[in-house]
Amino acid sequence: MGRPVAIIGVGQTYHGKRMDVSYPELVREAVMAVFKDTGLSPEDIDGVVSGTMPSMMEGIALTHFYLADAMQSAGKPIMKTETCGSTGVSIAHTAYYWVASGLADLILAVGHEKMNEGDSQATMTTVAEPFYQRYFISGAPGVFSMQSQMWTVRYGISEEKVRDAAAFISVTHHEDAFDNPYAHIKMKVSMDDVKNARIITYPVRLLDVCPNSDGACAVIFASEEMVKKLNRKPAWVKGVGYRGDEYFFGDSDKAVWESAAQAAKEAYKQAGIKNPRKELDVAEVYNPFTFQEMLFYECFGFCGPGESPDLVLKGTFTRNGELACDPSGGTLCTNPIGATGLIRVAEAALQVTGRAGAHQIPGAKLALAHAMGGVDQFNGIMILGSKL
Amino acid sequence: MAKEYKTIKTELRLPYELAYGATWTRFFEGMKEKKIYGNKCPKCGRVLVPARSFCPRCFVDMGEWIEVSQEGKLVAWCYTNYRYFGMPTEPPFIGALINLDGTDVNFLHLIGGFDLSNFDEVRKIVKNGMKVRAEWQDDRNAHIMDIRYFKPL
Repeated sequence: MGRPVAIIGVGQTYHGKRMDVSYPELVREAVMAVFKDTGLSPEDIDGVVSGTMPSMMEGIALTHFYLADAMQSAGKPIMKTETCGSTGVSIAHTAYYWVASGLADLILAVGHEKMNEGDSQATMTTVAEPFYQRYFISGAPGVFSMQSQMWTVRYGISEEKVRDAAAFISVTHHEDAFDNPYAHIKMKVSMDDVKNARIITYPVRLLDVCPNSDGACAVIFASEEMVKKLNRKPAWVKGVGYRGDEYFFGDSDKAVWESAAQAAKEAYKQAGIKNPRKELDVAEVYNPFTFQEMLFYECFGFCGPGESPDLVLKGTFTRNGELACDPSGGTLCTNPIGATGLIRVAEAALQVTGRAGAHQIPGAKLALAHAMGGVDQFNGIMILGSKL
Repeated sequence: MAKEYKTIKTELRLPYELAYGATWTRFFEGMKEKKIYGNKCPKCGRVLVPARSFCPRCFVDMGEWIEVSQEGKLVAWCYTNYRYFGMPTEPPFIGALINLDGTDVNFLHLIGGFDLSNFDEVRKIVKNGMKVRAEWQDDRNAHIMDIRYFKPL
Protein backbone atom coordinates (compact mmCIF):
# COMPACT_ATOMS: atom_id res chain seq x y z
CA MET A 1 0.00 0.00 0.00
CA GLY A 2 1.17 3.53 -0.73
CA ARG A 3 0.09 6.56 1.32
CA PRO A 4 -3.55 6.72 2.50
CA VAL A 5 -6.19 7.68 -0.07
CA ALA A 6 -9.86 8.51 0.40
CA ILE A 7 -12.88 9.26 -1.71
CA ILE A 8 -14.19 12.68 -0.71
CA GLY A 9 -17.11 13.09 -3.07
CA VAL A 10 -19.20 11.44 -5.77
CA GLY A 11 -21.53 12.54 -8.53
CA GLN A 12 -23.90 10.58 -10.72
CA THR A 13 -26.20 11.38 -13.59
CA TYR A 14 -29.81 10.27 -13.67
CA HIS A 15 -29.17 7.05 -15.57
CA GLY A 16 -31.50 5.82 -18.27
CA LYS A 17 -32.20 6.46 -21.91
CA ARG A 18 -30.85 10.00 -22.05
CA MET A 19 -31.54 11.21 -25.56
CA ASP A 20 -32.22 14.64 -24.00
CA VAL A 21 -28.47 15.32 -23.78
CA SER A 22 -25.40 14.86 -25.96
CA TYR A 23 -22.62 12.62 -24.63
CA PRO A 24 -20.41 15.49 -23.32
CA GLU A 25 -23.47 17.08 -21.67
CA LEU A 26 -24.21 13.80 -19.92
CA VAL A 27 -20.64 13.56 -18.62
CA ARG A 28 -20.71 17.19 -17.49
CA GLU A 29 -23.80 16.41 -15.42
CA ALA A 30 -21.78 13.91 -13.32
CA VAL A 31 -18.72 16.16 -13.13
CA MET A 32 -20.83 19.14 -11.98
CA ALA A 33 -22.44 16.88 -9.37
CA VAL A 34 -19.08 15.85 -7.85
CA PHE A 35 -17.92 19.47 -7.74
CA LYS A 36 -21.17 20.43 -6.06
CA ASP A 37 -20.77 17.55 -3.60
CA THR A 38 -17.21 18.51 -2.64
CA GLY A 39 -17.27 22.27 -3.07
CA LEU A 40 -14.18 21.92 -5.24
CA SER A 41 -13.63 23.44 -8.69
CA PRO A 42 -11.81 22.19 -11.77
CA GLU A 43 -8.68 24.23 -10.91
CA ASP A 44 -8.25 22.21 -7.67
CA ILE A 45 -7.83 18.94 -9.59
CA ASP A 46 -4.32 17.59 -10.31
CA GLY A 47 -5.29 15.04 -12.97
CA VAL A 48 -8.18 13.23 -14.64
CA VAL A 49 -8.78 9.52 -15.25
CA SER A 50 -11.51 8.56 -17.67
CA GLY A 51 -12.82 5.31 -19.11
CA THR A 52 -15.48 3.53 -21.13
CA MET A 53 -16.13 0.04 -22.34
CA PRO A 54 -15.13 -0.35 -26.02
CA SER A 55 -14.92 3.23 -27.26
CA MET A 56 -16.96 2.45 -30.32
CA MET A 57 -20.11 2.09 -28.22
CA GLU A 58 -21.03 5.60 -29.41
CA GLY A 59 -19.14 5.41 -32.72
CA ILE A 60 -16.45 7.81 -31.52
CA ALA A 61 -12.96 6.54 -30.70
CA LEU A 62 -10.97 7.50 -27.60
CA THR A 63 -13.79 9.46 -26.04
CA HIS A 64 -11.55 11.10 -23.42
CA PHE A 65 -10.61 13.55 -26.17
CA TYR A 66 -14.24 14.25 -27.06
CA LEU A 67 -15.11 14.59 -23.38
CA ALA A 68 -12.09 16.71 -22.37
CA ASP A 69 -14.14 19.87 -21.88
CA ALA A 70 -16.92 18.08 -20.02
CA MET A 71 -14.29 16.71 -17.61
CA GLN A 72 -12.38 20.02 -17.47
CA SER A 73 -9.14 18.20 -18.23
CA ALA A 74 -7.45 20.87 -20.38
CA GLY A 75 -4.09 21.86 -18.93
CA LYS A 76 -3.93 18.71 -16.79
CA PRO A 77 -2.56 15.20 -17.17
CA ILE A 78 -5.29 12.85 -18.43
CA MET A 79 -5.32 9.07 -18.55
CA LYS A 80 -7.74 6.60 -19.99
CA THR A 81 -8.20 3.17 -18.44
CA GLU A 82 -10.22 0.61 -20.34
CA THR A 83 -10.82 -2.95 -19.14
CA CYS A 84 -14.21 -3.74 -20.64
CA GLY A 85 -16.94 -4.16 -18.01
CA SER A 86 -14.46 -3.72 -15.17
CA THR A 87 -13.44 -0.30 -16.52
CA GLY A 88 -15.17 1.58 -13.70
CA VAL A 89 -13.22 -0.21 -10.98
CA SER A 90 -10.03 0.10 -13.04
CA ILE A 91 -10.55 3.88 -13.25
CA ALA A 92 -10.93 3.94 -9.47
CA HIS A 93 -7.75 1.86 -9.11
CA THR A 94 -5.86 4.20 -11.45
CA ALA A 95 -6.95 7.27 -9.50
CA TYR A 96 -6.08 5.49 -6.25
CA TYR A 97 -2.58 4.51 -7.47
CA TRP A 98 -1.98 8.07 -8.63
CA VAL A 99 -2.77 9.60 -5.24
CA ALA A 100 -1.20 6.71 -3.25
CA SER A 101 2.05 7.23 -5.16
CA GLY A 102 2.35 10.74 -3.76
CA LEU A 103 2.41 12.31 -7.21
CA ALA A 104 -1.04 13.90 -6.90
CA ASP A 105 -3.37 15.08 -4.12
CA LEU A 106 -6.71 15.35 -5.90
CA ILE A 107 -7.68 13.14 -8.84
CA LEU A 108 -10.98 13.24 -10.70
CA ALA A 109 -12.14 9.83 -11.95
CA VAL A 110 -14.93 9.75 -14.53
CA GLY A 111 -16.66 6.70 -16.02
CA HIS A 112 -19.21 7.12 -18.78
CA GLU A 113 -21.22 5.34 -21.44
CA LYS A 114 -24.12 6.18 -23.71
CA MET A 115 -25.28 2.74 -24.66
CA ASN A 116 -28.51 3.77 -26.31
CA GLU A 117 -26.62 5.54 -29.09
CA GLY A 118 -25.25 2.35 -30.62
CA ASP A 119 -25.79 -1.40 -30.64
CA SER A 120 -24.32 -2.54 -27.35
CA GLN A 121 -24.05 -6.27 -28.04
CA ALA A 122 -22.59 -5.69 -31.51
CA THR A 123 -19.99 -3.39 -29.96
CA MET A 124 -19.19 -5.72 -27.10
CA THR A 125 -18.77 -8.70 -29.36
CA THR A 126 -15.88 -6.87 -31.05
CA VAL A 127 -13.77 -7.70 -27.98
CA ALA A 128 -13.69 -11.24 -29.40
CA GLU A 129 -11.48 -11.81 -32.44
CA PRO A 130 -13.38 -12.33 -35.70
CA PHE A 131 -11.95 -15.72 -36.73
CA TYR A 132 -12.77 -18.01 -33.80
CA GLN A 133 -14.74 -16.86 -30.77
CA ARG A 134 -16.91 -14.12 -32.26
CA TYR A 135 -19.18 -16.63 -34.02
CA PHE A 136 -20.23 -18.35 -30.83
CA ILE A 137 -20.32 -16.02 -27.85
CA SER A 138 -23.44 -14.01 -28.78
CA GLY A 139 -22.55 -10.91 -26.79
CA ALA A 140 -22.44 -10.70 -23.03
CA PRO A 141 -25.52 -12.81 -22.24
CA GLY A 142 -24.15 -15.83 -24.11
CA VAL A 143 -20.87 -15.88 -22.22
CA PHE A 144 -22.44 -15.41 -18.82
CA SER A 145 -25.14 -17.98 -19.51
CA MET A 146 -22.54 -20.62 -20.30
CA GLN A 147 -20.60 -19.73 -17.19
CA SER A 148 -23.64 -19.84 -14.92
CA GLN A 149 -24.57 -23.17 -16.34
CA MET A 150 -21.10 -24.65 -15.81
CA TRP A 151 -21.25 -23.53 -12.19
CA THR A 152 -24.73 -24.98 -11.61
CA VAL A 153 -23.74 -28.34 -13.04
CA ARG A 154 -20.38 -28.40 -11.23
CA TYR A 155 -21.93 -28.06 -7.80
CA GLY A 156 -25.01 -30.14 -8.52
CA ILE A 157 -27.42 -27.29 -7.89
CA SER A 158 -30.88 -28.17 -9.18
CA GLU A 159 -32.20 -26.18 -12.10
CA GLU A 160 -35.35 -25.28 -10.13
CA LYS A 161 -33.43 -23.99 -7.14
CA VAL A 162 -31.02 -21.83 -9.12
CA ARG A 163 -33.93 -20.52 -11.19
CA ASP A 164 -35.82 -19.57 -8.03
CA ALA A 165 -32.78 -17.92 -6.45
CA ALA A 166 -32.04 -15.93 -9.62
CA ALA A 167 -35.67 -14.80 -9.76
CA PHE A 168 -35.49 -13.77 -6.10
CA ILE A 169 -32.41 -11.65 -6.86
CA SER A 170 -34.24 -9.98 -9.74
CA VAL A 171 -37.31 -9.24 -7.61
CA THR A 172 -35.36 -7.79 -4.66
CA HIS A 173 -32.98 -5.67 -6.77
CA HIS A 174 -35.84 -4.24 -8.82
CA GLU A 175 -37.51 -3.38 -5.52
CA ASP A 176 -34.28 -1.78 -4.21
CA ALA A 177 -33.94 0.43 -7.29
CA PHE A 178 -37.03 2.40 -6.26
CA ASP A 179 -35.00 3.85 -3.37
CA ASN A 180 -32.09 4.88 -5.60
CA PRO A 181 -32.85 8.23 -7.25
CA TYR A 182 -30.29 7.58 -10.01
CA ALA A 183 -31.36 4.03 -11.00
CA HIS A 184 -32.52 3.38 -14.56
CA ILE A 185 -35.11 0.59 -14.33
CA LYS A 186 -37.80 1.12 -11.75
CA MET A 187 -40.44 -1.54 -12.10
CA LYS A 188 -42.22 -3.99 -9.86
CA VAL A 189 -41.54 -7.58 -10.85
CA SER A 190 -42.80 -10.83 -9.34
CA MET A 191 -41.08 -14.22 -9.17
CA ASP A 192 -43.43 -15.44 -11.91
CA ASP A 193 -42.67 -12.42 -14.12
CA VAL A 194 -38.97 -13.31 -14.02
CA LYS A 195 -39.44 -17.05 -14.48
CA ASN A 196 -41.79 -16.59 -17.43
CA ALA A 197 -39.93 -13.77 -19.15
CA ARG A 198 -38.66 -14.26 -22.70
CA ILE A 199 -35.50 -16.36 -23.05
CA ILE A 200 -32.52 -14.25 -24.11
CA THR A 201 -29.79 -16.86 -23.80
CA TYR A 202 -30.98 -19.84 -21.78
CA PRO A 203 -31.06 -19.99 -18.75
CA VAL A 204 -31.01 -16.18 -18.78
CA ARG A 205 -34.39 -14.52 -19.35
CA LEU A 206 -35.20 -10.88 -19.97
CA LEU A 207 -35.61 -9.94 -16.28
CA ASP A 208 -32.33 -11.66 -15.39
CA VAL A 209 -30.48 -9.13 -17.57
CA CYS A 210 -29.37 -5.53 -17.00
CA PRO A 211 -30.59 -2.74 -19.29
CA ASN A 212 -28.65 -0.62 -21.77
CA SER A 213 -28.18 2.63 -19.88
CA ASP A 214 -26.79 6.07 -20.60
CA GLY A 215 -24.97 7.46 -17.61
CA ALA A 216 -21.82 8.83 -16.04
CA CYS A 217 -20.24 8.82 -12.62
CA ALA A 218 -17.52 11.08 -11.22
CA VAL A 219 -15.52 10.46 -8.05
CA ILE A 220 -12.76 12.54 -6.43
CA PHE A 221 -9.86 10.72 -4.76
CA ALA A 222 -7.81 12.68 -2.21
CA SER A 223 -4.67 12.36 -0.15
CA GLU A 224 -4.88 12.32 3.67
CA GLU A 225 -3.57 15.87 3.77
CA MET A 226 -6.39 17.05 1.48
CA VAL A 227 -9.02 15.14 3.48
CA LYS A 228 -7.92 17.08 6.58
CA LYS A 229 -7.60 20.39 4.77
CA LEU A 230 -11.03 20.15 3.15
CA ASN A 231 -12.62 18.68 6.28
CA ARG A 232 -14.59 16.11 4.25
CA LYS A 233 -16.09 12.89 5.57
CA PRO A 234 -13.83 10.35 3.85
CA ALA A 235 -14.37 6.85 2.50
CA TRP A 236 -10.90 5.40 2.91
CA VAL A 237 -9.52 2.96 0.37
CA LYS A 238 -8.72 -0.09 2.51
CA GLY A 239 -7.70 -2.50 -0.21
CA VAL A 240 -7.64 -3.08 -3.96
CA GLY A 241 -7.34 -6.26 -6.00
CA TYR A 242 -7.39 -6.91 -9.72
CA ARG A 243 -6.83 -10.15 -11.61
CA GLY A 244 -7.23 -11.38 -15.18
CA ASP A 245 -7.62 -14.76 -16.86
CA GLU A 246 -6.15 -15.96 -20.15
CA TYR A 247 -7.86 -14.61 -23.25
CA PHE A 248 -9.67 -17.62 -24.70
CA PHE A 249 -12.96 -18.38 -22.99
CA GLY A 250 -12.34 -22.14 -22.96
CA ASP A 251 -8.80 -21.90 -21.54
CA SER A 252 -9.66 -21.43 -17.88
CA ASP A 253 -12.22 -22.73 -15.44
CA LYS A 254 -15.10 -20.29 -15.11
CA ALA A 255 -17.03 -22.32 -12.51
CA VAL A 256 -14.09 -22.05 -10.10
CA TRP A 257 -13.29 -18.52 -11.16
CA GLU A 258 -9.76 -17.70 -10.08
CA SER A 259 -9.63 -14.10 -11.31
CA ALA A 260 -12.66 -13.19 -9.17
CA ALA A 261 -11.48 -15.16 -6.13
CA GLN A 262 -7.89 -13.90 -6.27
CA ALA A 263 -8.87 -10.24 -6.82
CA ALA A 264 -11.01 -10.44 -3.67
CA LYS A 265 -8.32 -12.29 -1.74
CA GLU A 266 -5.76 -9.59 -2.51
CA ALA A 267 -8.13 -6.78 -1.51
CA TYR A 268 -9.07 -8.61 1.72
CA LYS A 269 -5.40 -9.10 2.57
CA GLN A 270 -4.72 -5.37 2.24
CA ALA A 271 -7.86 -4.49 4.20
CA GLY A 272 -7.19 -7.11 6.89
CA ILE A 273 -10.52 -8.85 6.23
CA LYS A 274 -10.68 -12.49 7.36
CA ASN A 275 -14.41 -13.24 7.26
CA PRO A 276 -15.98 -11.08 4.55
CA ARG A 277 -19.60 -12.06 5.24
CA LYS A 278 -19.24 -11.00 8.87
CA GLU A 279 -16.95 -8.03 8.48
CA LEU A 280 -18.41 -6.33 5.39
CA ASP A 281 -21.58 -4.31 5.86
CA VAL A 282 -22.39 -3.80 2.18
CA ALA A 283 -21.20 -5.26 -1.10
CA GLU A 284 -21.84 -3.60 -4.43
CA VAL A 285 -21.28 -6.68 -6.59
CA TYR A 286 -21.25 -6.18 -10.36
CA ASN A 287 -24.38 -8.10 -11.32
CA PRO A 288 -25.43 -7.63 -14.94
CA PHE A 289 -26.98 -11.12 -14.73
CA THR A 290 -28.84 -12.58 -11.75
CA PHE A 291 -27.22 -16.00 -12.06
CA GLN A 292 -23.73 -14.58 -12.12
CA GLU A 293 -24.29 -12.60 -8.92
CA MET A 294 -24.51 -15.87 -6.98
CA LEU A 295 -21.24 -17.10 -8.45
CA PHE A 296 -19.58 -13.89 -7.27
CA TYR A 297 -20.86 -14.38 -3.71
CA GLU A 298 -18.96 -17.65 -3.68
CA CYS A 299 -15.81 -16.31 -5.38
CA PHE A 300 -15.68 -13.51 -2.80
CA GLY A 301 -15.96 -15.94 0.10
CA PHE A 302 -19.41 -14.80 1.25
CA CYS A 303 -20.22 -18.52 1.35
CA GLY A 304 -18.86 -21.84 0.13
CA PRO A 305 -19.08 -23.09 -3.46
CA GLY A 306 -22.60 -24.11 -4.45
CA GLU A 307 -24.11 -22.65 -1.27
CA SER A 308 -25.28 -19.28 -2.57
CA PRO A 309 -28.75 -20.20 -3.95
CA ASP A 310 -29.93 -21.46 -0.54
CA LEU A 311 -28.62 -18.36 1.21
CA VAL A 312 -30.15 -16.07 -1.41
CA LEU A 313 -33.54 -17.68 -0.87
CA LYS A 314 -33.12 -17.23 2.90
CA GLY A 315 -32.58 -13.49 2.36
CA THR A 316 -28.96 -13.45 3.59
CA PHE A 317 -27.96 -10.90 0.93
CA THR A 318 -31.01 -8.62 0.89
CA ARG A 319 -30.98 -5.10 2.33
CA ASN A 320 -32.06 -6.36 5.74
CA GLY A 321 -29.98 -9.52 5.52
CA GLU A 322 -26.65 -10.44 7.06
CA LEU A 323 -24.64 -8.88 4.21
CA ALA A 324 -26.55 -6.38 2.07
CA CYS A 325 -25.62 -6.86 -1.57
CA ASP A 326 -26.44 -4.20 -4.17
CA PRO A 327 -28.89 -2.16 -2.09
CA SER A 328 -28.73 0.38 -4.94
CA GLY A 329 -30.48 -2.10 -7.23
CA GLY A 330 -27.05 -2.75 -8.72
CA THR A 331 -25.97 -3.27 -12.29
CA LEU A 332 -29.11 -5.32 -12.89
CA CYS A 333 -31.18 -2.11 -12.85
CA THR A 334 -28.57 0.36 -14.19
CA ASN A 335 -25.72 -0.41 -16.56
CA PRO A 336 -23.93 2.41 -18.40
CA ILE A 337 -20.96 0.06 -18.65
CA GLY A 338 -17.93 2.39 -18.50
CA ALA A 339 -19.54 4.10 -15.50
CA THR A 340 -20.95 1.00 -13.85
CA GLY A 341 -17.88 -0.13 -11.88
CA LEU A 342 -17.31 3.43 -10.68
CA ILE A 343 -20.97 3.63 -9.62
CA ARG A 344 -20.29 0.53 -7.48
CA VAL A 345 -17.35 2.40 -5.90
CA ALA A 346 -19.42 5.59 -5.47
CA GLU A 347 -22.27 3.65 -3.86
CA ALA A 348 -19.83 1.92 -1.50
CA ALA A 349 -18.39 5.35 -0.59
CA LEU A 350 -21.87 6.75 0.08
CA GLN A 351 -22.68 3.77 2.30
CA VAL A 352 -19.59 4.01 4.54
CA THR A 353 -20.05 7.77 4.92
CA GLY A 354 -23.74 7.38 5.78
CA ARG A 355 -24.87 9.37 2.76
CA ALA A 356 -26.76 6.74 0.74
CA GLY A 357 -30.17 8.22 1.55
CA ALA A 358 -33.19 5.95 1.25
CA HIS A 359 -31.07 2.88 0.52
CA GLN A 360 -28.56 3.48 3.33
CA ILE A 361 -27.59 0.35 5.27
CA PRO A 362 -27.69 1.63 8.87
CA GLY A 363 -24.25 2.02 10.41
CA ALA A 364 -22.33 0.69 7.39
CA LYS A 365 -18.58 0.99 8.00
CA LEU A 366 -16.97 -1.37 5.52
CA ALA A 367 -18.02 -1.93 1.92
CA LEU A 368 -16.87 -3.86 -1.12
CA ALA A 369 -17.15 -2.58 -4.69
CA HIS A 370 -16.59 -4.88 -7.66
CA ALA A 371 -16.67 -4.99 -11.43
CA MET A 372 -16.05 -7.68 -14.03
CA GLY A 373 -15.15 -7.45 -17.69
CA GLY A 374 -14.05 -9.07 -20.92
CA VAL A 375 -15.19 -12.48 -22.12
CA ASP A 376 -15.26 -13.44 -18.43
CA GLN A 377 -11.66 -12.33 -18.25
CA PHE A 378 -11.17 -9.56 -15.65
CA ASN A 379 -12.23 -8.86 -12.07
CA GLY A 380 -11.49 -5.83 -9.91
CA ILE A 381 -12.31 -5.06 -6.26
CA MET A 382 -12.05 -1.97 -4.08
CA ILE A 383 -12.74 -2.05 -0.33
CA LEU A 384 -13.81 1.21 1.31
CA GLY A 385 -14.06 1.94 5.01
CA SER A 386 -15.18 4.76 7.27
CA LYS A 387 -11.94 4.57 9.26
CA LEU A 388 -8.36 4.77 8.07
CA MET B 1 -37.12 15.07 -20.25
CA ALA B 2 -40.46 14.85 -22.00
CA LYS B 3 -39.28 16.88 -24.95
CA GLU B 4 -37.89 15.06 -27.97
CA TYR B 5 -34.58 16.40 -29.27
CA LYS B 6 -33.04 15.77 -32.64
CA THR B 7 -30.56 12.97 -33.28
CA ILE B 8 -28.14 12.20 -36.13
CA LYS B 9 -27.83 8.77 -37.71
CA THR B 10 -24.31 7.70 -38.55
CA GLU B 11 -22.54 4.47 -39.42
CA LEU B 12 -18.99 3.11 -39.42
CA ARG B 13 -17.80 0.37 -41.72
CA LEU B 14 -14.08 -0.24 -41.81
CA PRO B 15 -12.19 -2.88 -43.81
CA TYR B 16 -9.48 -4.95 -42.11
CA GLU B 17 -7.10 -7.69 -43.16
CA LEU B 18 -5.82 -9.57 -40.10
CA ALA B 19 -2.62 -11.65 -40.29
CA TYR B 20 -3.10 -15.21 -39.03
CA GLY B 21 0.58 -16.11 -38.74
CA ALA B 22 1.86 -19.64 -39.29
CA THR B 23 -0.03 -21.40 -36.50
CA TRP B 24 -3.57 -20.19 -37.22
CA THR B 25 -2.89 -20.68 -40.95
CA ARG B 26 -2.03 -24.32 -40.35
CA PHE B 27 -5.00 -24.77 -38.02
CA PHE B 28 -7.43 -23.41 -40.62
CA GLU B 29 -5.79 -25.41 -43.44
CA GLY B 30 -6.61 -28.41 -41.26
CA MET B 31 -10.27 -27.37 -41.15
CA LYS B 32 -10.33 -27.61 -44.93
CA GLU B 33 -9.20 -31.25 -44.64
CA LYS B 34 -11.74 -32.01 -41.88
CA LYS B 35 -9.04 -32.09 -39.22
CA ILE B 36 -9.02 -30.30 -35.88
CA TYR B 37 -5.47 -29.49 -34.84
CA GLY B 38 -4.22 -28.85 -31.37
CA ASN B 39 -0.69 -28.81 -30.03
CA LYS B 40 1.10 -29.73 -26.85
CA CYS B 41 2.99 -27.47 -24.48
CA PRO B 42 6.47 -28.92 -23.86
CA LYS B 43 6.48 -27.44 -20.36
CA CYS B 44 3.05 -28.06 -18.78
CA GLY B 45 2.13 -30.91 -21.14
CA ARG B 46 -1.37 -29.58 -21.80
CA VAL B 47 -2.92 -30.19 -25.21
CA LEU B 48 -4.48 -26.93 -26.38
CA VAL B 49 -7.07 -26.55 -29.12
CA PRO B 50 -7.15 -24.58 -31.39
CA ALA B 51 -3.36 -24.94 -31.80
CA ARG B 52 -1.34 -21.96 -30.51
CA SER B 53 2.09 -20.59 -31.26
CA PHE B 54 2.85 -20.27 -27.53
CA CYS B 55 1.43 -21.58 -24.26
CA PRO B 56 -0.59 -18.81 -22.59
CA ARG B 57 0.46 -20.06 -19.14
CA CYS B 58 4.11 -21.15 -19.63
CA PHE B 59 4.95 -18.54 -22.31
CA VAL B 60 7.11 -21.08 -24.18
CA ASP B 61 6.74 -22.07 -27.84
CA MET B 62 4.25 -24.90 -28.28
CA GLY B 63 5.57 -28.30 -29.30
CA GLU B 64 4.17 -31.34 -31.09
CA TRP B 65 1.10 -30.90 -33.33
CA ILE B 66 -1.75 -33.30 -32.64
CA GLU B 67 -4.82 -34.02 -34.70
CA VAL B 68 -7.33 -34.07 -31.86
CA SER B 69 -10.50 -36.10 -31.59
CA GLN B 70 -13.60 -34.85 -33.37
CA GLU B 71 -15.68 -36.13 -30.49
CA GLY B 72 -15.99 -34.67 -27.07
CA LYS B 73 -18.17 -33.88 -24.10
CA LEU B 74 -20.50 -30.91 -23.77
CA VAL B 75 -19.26 -28.73 -20.90
CA ALA B 76 -21.52 -25.67 -21.20
CA TRP B 77 -24.02 -24.32 -23.70
CA CYS B 78 -26.35 -21.47 -24.26
CA TYR B 79 -29.38 -21.22 -26.48
CA THR B 80 -29.27 -17.78 -28.06
CA ASN B 81 -32.51 -16.22 -29.10
CA TYR B 82 -31.82 -12.57 -29.77
CA ARG B 83 -30.09 -10.62 -32.48
CA TYR B 84 -27.61 -7.77 -32.69
CA PHE B 85 -26.33 -5.75 -35.64
CA GLY B 86 -23.94 -7.78 -37.79
CA MET B 87 -24.35 -10.97 -35.71
CA PRO B 88 -22.24 -13.51 -37.59
CA THR B 89 -24.38 -16.54 -36.68
CA GLU B 90 -28.10 -16.71 -37.40
CA PRO B 91 -30.24 -17.16 -34.25
CA PRO B 92 -31.56 -19.30 -32.75
CA PHE B 93 -28.27 -21.12 -32.21
CA ILE B 94 -26.49 -22.92 -29.40
CA GLY B 95 -22.99 -21.74 -28.55
CA ALA B 96 -21.11 -24.36 -26.57
CA LEU B 97 -17.90 -25.24 -24.80
CA ILE B 98 -16.83 -28.73 -25.78
CA ASN B 99 -14.04 -30.73 -24.20
CA LEU B 100 -12.63 -32.65 -27.17
CA ASP B 101 -11.30 -36.05 -26.08
CA GLY B 102 -7.66 -35.92 -25.06
CA THR B 103 -7.45 -32.12 -24.83
CA ASP B 104 -7.00 -29.93 -21.75
CA VAL B 105 -9.05 -26.86 -22.67
CA ASN B 106 -12.61 -26.36 -23.91
CA PHE B 107 -13.26 -25.72 -27.60
CA LEU B 108 -15.87 -23.10 -28.42
CA HIS B 109 -18.32 -23.90 -31.24
CA LEU B 110 -21.98 -24.69 -31.97
CA ILE B 111 -24.26 -27.59 -31.06
CA GLY B 112 -26.75 -28.48 -33.77
CA GLY B 113 -28.13 -31.04 -36.16
CA PHE B 114 -31.65 -30.97 -34.71
CA ASP B 115 -34.61 -28.60 -34.73
CA LEU B 116 -33.80 -25.46 -32.74
CA SER B 117 -37.06 -23.63 -33.27
CA ASN B 118 -38.78 -24.83 -30.09
CA PHE B 119 -36.76 -24.36 -26.93
CA ASP B 120 -38.73 -26.89 -24.89
CA GLU B 121 -37.79 -29.58 -27.41
CA VAL B 122 -34.17 -28.39 -27.42
CA ARG B 123 -34.05 -28.64 -23.64
CA LYS B 124 -34.98 -32.34 -23.85
CA ILE B 125 -32.09 -33.07 -26.23
CA VAL B 126 -29.22 -30.99 -24.88
CA LYS B 127 -27.63 -32.26 -21.66
CA ASN B 128 -24.37 -31.23 -20.07
CA GLY B 129 -21.84 -34.01 -20.34
CA MET B 130 -23.40 -35.54 -23.46
CA LYS B 131 -21.14 -36.80 -26.27
CA VAL B 132 -21.00 -34.75 -29.45
CA ARG B 133 -19.20 -35.11 -32.78
CA ALA B 134 -18.12 -32.57 -35.42
CA GLU B 135 -20.23 -32.36 -38.59
CA TRP B 136 -18.46 -30.72 -41.53
CA GLN B 137 -19.61 -28.48 -44.35
CA ASP B 138 -19.32 -29.94 -47.85
CA ASP B 139 -17.84 -26.70 -49.12
CA ARG B 140 -14.92 -25.78 -46.85
CA ASN B 141 -12.90 -22.54 -46.90
CA ALA B 142 -10.21 -23.01 -44.23
CA HIS B 143 -12.53 -21.29 -41.73
CA ILE B 144 -13.85 -22.04 -38.24
CA MET B 145 -17.33 -22.50 -39.75
CA ASP B 146 -16.03 -25.40 -41.88
CA ILE B 147 -17.35 -27.32 -38.89
CA ARG B 148 -21.09 -26.88 -39.31
CA TYR B 149 -21.72 -27.75 -35.64
CA PHE B 150 -21.19 -30.53 -33.13
CA LYS B 151 -24.02 -33.02 -33.20
CA PRO B 152 -25.19 -35.07 -30.21
CA LEU B 153 -24.27 -38.77 -30.57
